Amino acid sequence: MSTPVLPIDQPAAASGDKSGYAMEFENVRIAFDEKVVLDGISFRLNHGETKAVFGVAGSGKSVMLKLAIGLMRPDSGRITVLGEEVTSESEQELIKLRSRVGIVFQESALFDSLKVWENVSFRLMEEKILFGEIERRVRESLRFVELERTYDMFPSELSGGMRRRVAIARAIISQPEVLLYDSPTGGLDPVTSNTIVELIMKQRDVYKTSALLVTHRLQDAFTMASHEFDPQKNEMVSIPKGQRGQVPMSFLILKDGKVIFDGDAHELAASRDEYIREYIS
Amino acid sequence: MALELELVSPIDVAKNFVLSVQEYMALALQSVTNFFRRPLYMGDMLQQADLIGFGSLPIVLLTGLSVGALLALNSASTLQRFGGITLIGQLVSIGMVTELGPLITGLMVAGRNASGMASELGSMIVTEQIDAMRALGTDPSKKLVTPRVGATAFMLFFLTIIADLLGLVGGWAVAHFLFGLDSNQYWTSSWQILVFRDVFSGLIKPVMFGFIIATVGCYYGMSTTGGTQGVGRSTTQAVVASSVLILITDFFVTKLIFAIFGVR
Repeated sequence: MSTPVLPIDQPAAASGDKSGYAMEFENVRIAFDEKVVLDGISFRLNHGETKAVFGVAGSGKSVMLKLAIGLMRPDSGRITVLGEEVTSESEQELIKLRSRVGIVFQESALFDSLKVWENVSFRLMEEKILFGEIERRVRESLRFVELERTYDMFPSELSGGMRRRVAIARAIISQPEVLLYDSPTGGLDPVTSNTIVELIMKQRDVYKTSALLVTHRLQDAFTMASHEFDPQKNEMVSIPKGQRGQVPMSFLILKDGKVIFDGDAHELAASRDEYIREYIS
Repeated sequence: MALELELVSPIDVAKNFVLSVQEYMALALQSVTNFFRRPLYMGDMLQQADLIGFGSLPIVLLTGLSVGALLALNSASTLQRFGGITLIGQLVSIGMVTELGPLITGLMVAGRNASGMASELGSMIVTEQIDAMRALGTDPSKKLVTPRVGATAFMLFFLTIIADLLGLVGGWAVAHFLFGLDSNQYWTSSWQILVFRDVFSGLIKPVMFGFIIATVGCYYGMSTTGGTQGVGRSTTQAVVASSVLILITDFFVTKLIFAIFGVR
């Protein structure tokens, strides 16, 4: 990877939020028709922590991310993000909160009628920022994901992996304090997946952004737990055995709408739960 | 392949219908109130005006011309039998300006644009682009619905005027070239028969029809579920619902205008 110019001047962890957690789910329940998807789940995400969320297809992982930024409302329970109660805020109030949270959707969700630079700058244009400033920040963001050459292209001209990277550039351009990744490596080849994991790791280790990472791929989460980003070398390096990374990394496993595991890699490896052992084997 | 039939309770059907009406009303109301709340996406509105207005121009020109010509052709033979061929201009003029101009233009634009809006917004829903827009701090109702509503209502007004004019030209062509009616006589009688009530009726309807087309198209688009198949379903439903609503609204607006201004 070539040396990128980093898009964020200040680490996101320096938040004005007075509450102890970047995100907190308390007894959250949501059902669609008769099917209960999340059945009273509770967990906390600390500032600067990255939490990988696992679960089989249909276990409510993506729903959890949408609940976190108020794109969906739970049937019951409380969700707090950066000290603000998402579950009690109106759509207008949520718009302000969403400017502090970035999200990367499963299929990138790029606006296909807009060029790459317009996609990445969408939030800044809504905020009526001057064009010169917008262009500078878009180029910085695209440089971060190493796709500056795609500036004038349409999403349809990009490969799946490139689209994910553009989606990451769009999510980080506003310097969010929390990032939500919905299966960012889903459907990608191992080499491209590795590039995406490295980008997520760079964001985690350089800016200490709190993140929820929904993924099907255990190896991605284990790579994130066992490696850290070296800004000098501009690549990820293995954490020596027996040591922990500087940035906390934890795992959360969902089963039948409930949280069956919430802990770090060592606790996960030591778990005696049959389902978890089968899942991670 | 086994055919599975799922029986749906009539109460559930009624409940779903009421819920749909309620959701449609909420979307329609919000699309109007958004005009008074910042930000107003004028750029998007102009882009939609171009797509809807200029994009629909060829089809509106063609239908306006042929409907006017057909109206003249069908009525001329009867009028000729009673020696009233000179009344053909009046007939085409009243028919086009008060009813056929707005109605045919509305139905044509509904077929072209309600489907376009439903499929575009429906595709955005199934590919999570609407969620992405909300997550990026933009209200899709303001950014996507209101510009379409404003642009359709505004452009349909002018498209109808063009269709009316082309209908009169079509009528003139038939009356003059096929039935030998003097051009002066045709245009004078066409002009003189129109009163305020006719013009008012003919110009208020397209604004209402434009509102119906855009709100119905956007409603079906925004409530799309079920992937690409759902997009197809929304598109069809949007055209059917907007066409039916246009016909029903036309009847009641005409009745209302009769009640206010009296029968001709």
